Amino acid sequence: MGIDLPLIWAVIIAFGVMMYVVMDGFDLGIGILFPFVRDEGERDVMMNTVAPVWDGNETWLVLGGAALFGAFPLAYSVVLDALYLPLILMLLGLIFRGVAFEFRFKAKAAKRHLWDKAFIGGSLTATFFQGVALGAYIDGFEVVNRSFAGGAFDWLTPFSVFCGLALIAAYALLGCTWLIMKTEGRLQQQMHDLGRPLVFVVLGVTGIVSLWTPFAHPDIAERWFSLPNLFWFMPVPVLVLLCTWALLRAVVSNANYSPFLLTLALIFLGYSGLGISLWPNVIPPSISIWEAAAPPQSQGFMLVGALFIIPFILMYTAWSYYVFRGKVTVDDGYH
Amino acid sequence: MFGLEALDLARIQFAFTISFHIVFPAITIGLASYLAVLEGLWLKTGNTLYRDLYHFWSKIFAVNFGMGVVSGLVMAYQFGTNWSAFSDFAGAVTGPLLTYEVLTAFFLEAGFLGVMLFGWNRVGPGLHFFSTVMVAIGTLISTFWILASNSWMHTPQGFEIIDGRVIPVDWFAVVFNPSFPYRLAHMATAAFLATAFFVGASAAWHLLRGRDNPAIRKMLSMALWMALLVAPVQAFIGDLHGLNTLKYQPAKIAAIEGHWENVGDEPTPLILFGWPDMEREETRFKVEIPALGSLILTHSLDKQVPALKDFPPEDRANSTIVFWTFRIMVAMGLMMIFVGLWGTWLRRGERLYTCRPFLHLAVWMGPSGIIAILAGWYTTEIGRQPWIVHGLMRTADASSGHSATQLGFTLVLFVVVYFVLFGAGIGYMLRLVRKGPKIDEGKETSEGGPGQPRTPARPLSAAEEGLEDGETDTLPERS
Repeated sequence: MGIDLPLIWAVIIAFGVMMYVVMDGFDLGIGILFPFVRDEGERDVMMNTVAPVWDGNETWLVLGGAALFGAFPLAYSVVLDALYLPLILMLLGLIFRGVAFEFRFKAKAAKRHLWDKAFIGGSLTATFFQGVALGAYIDGFEVVNRSFAGGAFDWLTPFSVFCGLALIAAYALLGCTWLIMKTEGRLQQQMHDLGRPLVFVVLGVTGIVSLWTPFAHPDIAERWFSLPNLFWFMPVPVLVLLCTWALLRAVVSNANYSPFLLTLALIFLGYSGLGISLWPNVIPPSISIWEAAAPPQSQGFMLVGALFIIPFILMYTAWSYYVFRGKVTVDDGYH
Repeated sequence: MFGLEALDLARIQFAFTISFHIVFPAITIGLASYLAVLEGLWLKTGNTLYRDLYHFWSKIFAVNFGMGVVSGLVMAYQFGTNWSAFSDFAGAVTGPLLTYEVLTAFFLEAGFLGVMLFGWNRVGPGLHFFSTVMVAIGTLISTFWILASNSWMHTPQGFEIIDGRVIPVDWFAVVFNPSFPYRLAHMATAAFLATAFFVGASAAWHLLRGRDNPAIRKMLSMALWMALLVAPVQAFIGDLHGLNTLKYQPAKIAAIEGHWENVGDEPTPLILFGWPDMEREETRFKVEIPALGSLILTHSLDKQVPALKDFPPEDRANSTIVFWTFRIMVAMGLMMIFVGLWGTWLRRGERLYTCRPFLHLAVWMGPSGIIAILAGWYTTEIGRQPWIVHGLMRTADASSGHSATQLGFTLVLFVVVYFVLFGAGIGYMLRLVRKGPKIDEGKETSEGGPGQPRTPARPLSAAEEGLEDGETDTLPERS
């Protein structure tokens, strides 16, 4: 036929997951930053900066899960089986975060702190276990006879735990720069102050993950450091350093929009780095997207619906963000 | 844990999460159609009580929809986390069907739901009505896909098995498998009835407290017309569904009937009550009516119904459970028919709105539809055992093989989190119900829409009521 369906689906799912990481990243980040802001009024503002969009952001996670099931059932079964505990804990964290988010708005003042705590706890749990799952994914899974052959706690390694902590830092930075963009006054100043150390923390953990990954996985090291690959992939780390430098300057000079955009660029670069390391495997370390693909009848059948509906969802998402552009202030809540 | 095997725990976990989930979509399906009818009547008659009822129920609809989305997030992952061997074996068929369900739901959320919940005074009445109708149709399309997937697991066709895995060869045959039309009709009707009884109970509750107004009377009246007309239709569909099951899954029917063996040429009796004992291979303490089983299931007085002993013990479903879940479902259905008839009788002389014993019964019947849905699903799903895909894969071969400790731990977490969070959600819904419909609601412009704090992406934002009674010091959202 000439159409590489597994490749198309890999791109769709990778795109969906990136949309999820970017978009749910900043609103999980707001939950992570909640403990740093004590003032109730400012907490309200923080919530209001994501209120119109957070639920839509989670859409991509459901879509990613279902599409993985349909397009790469082998990957869906092996990866979800292997990551059973971290994924269940992540989902429970997300449920907690979601319900707490809604009911905080509806709770009486005296009980609001309970929903605050649920919001913080849910955000931290979801982020940490997402990072752990990512780390375990990079580490790869032992597959025998098309099923996961490892142990129940294979996912729990120093590397995966570090990835969990690293993701907390990354999402906190996304949330922080999002708030710089969406707020003003004292809250924005607080975020500017918090931004500087956060950039250093994120730079540090990114550096450690970037070195730890090839160090622990010779095949990934081979991918990056052999010639001429090194030459081709060099722009990624170089751009990471450039972005970080620009980001630091932007935070120091109290810029409004550039910190968030540069953080997005950083996340995107990290994501591409991950793609370079793992390509073309959907189940690291050795099962490729073609080996794990559902038959073309299934992938083709799904593609019809996806090509029709995904652009619609994207347009709608873009419109939502467009309508919601601009700063959110304390007064906004009292109209 | 408690002597349960890992497989039992995996099944209980899935049953628990999906039982919680199914309640929300079922009410969503029913309320969406109810809202479409209300809005249609408002546009046709210009009677404001239909408009007031529309606004009242659309808030409850929104909260319910939100709960369905949150509990559904877990379902998208449970097939892989708990049933990885099944996902690999049958993912090429069930995965795309699930994807279509998700895509439909998001398509809805992205488009018509926004207009429906927040566009009352922003778009013309025609376009608004169109959106409500599209939401109602959309929920049915979602039902279509998910039931196609489920029905295929009961009566699979349109596939080949290559390298030990299912490969779809004919999507039309896959989707329109033999049990699908019956299951779809039965479930959609069940959703309508469950909603009608929920609505009727709400009205009866208000009437019993002396809150009597035309809108509340209209709620009760509409619910009871549904009970009168649709509950018998549902019994008829259920009968057809049963005949279909007899043809394709006879062992399930034998288990439902607690029917162990046929004696000579005697027609099969109907066991009304009893205790099917899987060990002793008999139904103890049974009360039976001769030949009625044959009459109901074969529509004849001489043909026999398959018996459990016709199947090897390892191919039998747990008759003790499905015998009773089936009877609970049927009892609910008969009660619904009875309520419909009694209600119609009471319409003479307007006693319907004042007869307290009837109103009390209507309140108690509020959850009957949901109970019937759960009991019915337990019957069909447990009745399919020991198969996960009938005749193709056994449930025991389908699981991910997590340890009992691990599954027990996550099950406890699920139970705690679900009861706390969805308990709060359901409590909030009931709170909205207690408020009752407001007169002349919806005259003012309600702000909201994509990118606004009140948005279809967060359906719960459609309801502004606080979580508790008392002064309204709830948080104002940006608007």
